[in-house]
Amino acid sequence: MPSFPVEQTKLSAEHIGMVFTRDGKSTNVLSDVNLTVGRGEFLCILGPSGCGKSTLLNTMAGFLSPSSGEVRIDGEVVRSPDPRRIFVFQERGVFPWLTVEGNVGFGLFRLSRAERAQRIAHYVQLVGLEGFEKAYPAELSGGMKQRLEVARALAVNPDMLFLDEPFGALDSITRLTMRRELLRIWEAEKNTIIFVTHDIDEAVQLADRVAVMTDRPATIQQIVEIDIPHPRDMGSPRYLELRHGIFDQLGLAHKV
Amino acid sequence: MKSLVEPAKWERFVWPALACALFLALWHFLVIWSGTKVFPSPHDVEEGVAELATKSLLSRYAGDSLRRVALGYGTAIALGIPIGLTLGWYPAANRVVNPVFQMLRFISPIAWIPVSILLFGVGDTTAIFLIFLAAFFPIVVACADGVSNVPVMYRQAGRNFGLSAGRLLRRVIFPAALPQIIIGLRIALGIAWLVVVAAEMIAVDSGLGYLVIDARNSGKRYDLVVAAMLMIGIIGLALDLLFRRLKDFKSVRWGFRDGA
Repeated sequence: MPSFPVEQTKLSAEHIGMVFTRDGKSTNVLSDVNLTVGRGEFLCILGPSGCGKSTLLNTMAGFLSPSSGEVRIDGEVVRSPDPRRIFVFQERGVFPWLTVEGNVGFGLFRLSRAERAQRIAHYVQLVGLEGFEKAYPAELSGGMKQRLEVARALAVNPDMLFLDEPFGALDSITRLTMRRELLRIWEAEKNTIIFVTHDIDEAVQLADRVAVMTDRPATIQQIVEIDIPHPRDMGSPRYLELRHGIFDQLGLAHKV
Repeated sequence: MKSLVEPAKWERFVWPALACALFLALWHFLVIWSGTKVFPSPHDVEEGVAELATKSLLSRYAGDSLRRVALGYGTAIALGIPIGLTLGWYPAANRVVNPVFQMLRFISPIAWIPVSILLFGVGDTTAIFLIFLAAFFPIVVACADGVSNVPVMYRQAGRNFGLSAGRLLRRVIFPAALPQIIIGLRIALGIAWLVVVAAEMIAVDSGLGYLVIDARNSGKRYDLVVAAMLMIGIIGLALDLLFRRLKDFKSVRWGFRDGA
C-alpha cells in the first residue's frame, strides 16, 4: 500500500506491459507493472542492468507507449512527452552547441527576454555553475555537465523529473556530491522525482521508497520504504539493515 | 596524427617554408639537368606571372573563375541544404530518392559537359551549371546524413521541452548536424574549384582554366600554363584555409576532433 493518501497520487502505472518485436521475435520486457507515486515523492526504481527499468521510465515520460496498460499523471493518461515533466539523461544529454546559459534557457522560449535571463541566472546559481555561463559543455567536467542538464530541466519549472541513471558515468566521489546536491535541490523545488538506478546504495541514500524490479520480463518485486530522515548516515544500523534487505531481495551475497 | 611535442611557433612557419624552397629548388634543377626546351623553370614562371599581372589578366581571370564558383556553389548551397535537411528529416523520402542521388553523384561533372552545352549553349551558364552539379550532390548527401545521425537523445530532449517541428529543426537538428554539414560544404567547395577549371577549358573564354588552354594553344606559352596552374593551386588553398576557420566557431567546435 502507498504510504500517502490517495488524493496525493501524482503518477500511477496500471498493468503496464511492454513487448518489443524484432525480426519476428518478440521479447517480453515489462509484464504487469503496477506503481503509484505520491506528489513530491522521491522514488527510486532499482534493478539489474537490462531489466527494463529504463523502458518503464521512458513509458512514464511518454516517449514510449506501453503494449498494454496505461500511465496516468494527475489523472490524465500519458500519451506524449510534456514540458511539465522533464527527462534527464546521463550528462550526454546537454547540447554541445550551446553555452551553459543557452542550455539552461533552452526550454524557456516562451518567456520574455528579461524573465528568461532571470530564470537562467537563478538556476545557474542553484546548481553552482556561476562563472561558467559562457562556457561550452566541452569545457566542463562530467559532474558539471550533469548539473547543467539538471538546471536545464529545472528551469522550465517541471513538476516531475525522470532521471535515468544520471550519475552512472561519474566517478564515485563526484557521484556522492551530486546526490547531496540533488537532495538539496529536491528539497528546495519540491518536484516529484523518479530516479532509475542499478546502484543499491544510491537508492537507499536518495529515495523515500525504492521499487525493486526483477529480471526480464520485469515486474516490481517489492517496494521498500526508506524511513530514515535526511541527511542520512550511511553507517547507521537502520541504513545497513535496509541495504541488506535489498541485497537479499536481489539475491546477492553480502560478501565479496 | 598528433605528435606528443607541440611544435614551437617558429617551427610552424620555418619547416613549411623550407619544404616550399626545396620544391622550387628541385623544380629548378630538374629543368636545368633535363635540358628541356619546353618546360619552364620557376624563374620563367615568375616572369610569366609578372607579364599576366601587368596586363591585369591574372586578377581578371581569377576573378572570373571565382565568380563562377560563387554562383554555382552558392546555388548548390541554396538548394542542397534545404533538400538535404528535408531528406534527412523524412527517412522514407530519403529511401525513395537515395538510389537516384547516389547514382547521379558518381557521374563526373565533366561527363555533363555535352548535355550542359546542349541546354545552355557555350558560355557562362554552362560553366556555372557544371559547378552547381559538382557541388550539389555532396552537399545534399552531407546534410541528409548529418540529420539522420543526430542522436535520438537530442531529439527526445527537444520534444520533451515542447518544441514544435519547425523549432526542433532550427534549434536542435540543424545545430546538431552542422559539423557534418560543414565537412560536406568544404568537400563540395574543393570539387567546385576542380570543376571550374575543366569547365572553363571548354565552355568560356576567360578564367584560369581558359588561361591554361589558351596559353598552350596560342604559342605554346608553358610559362603561362604553369603560372595559371600555380594560381589555381594557391587560390584553392586559400579557399580551403578560409573554410577551415569555420570549424573554430565554438558552436561547431565540439563536432570536430583536433587536427583534421
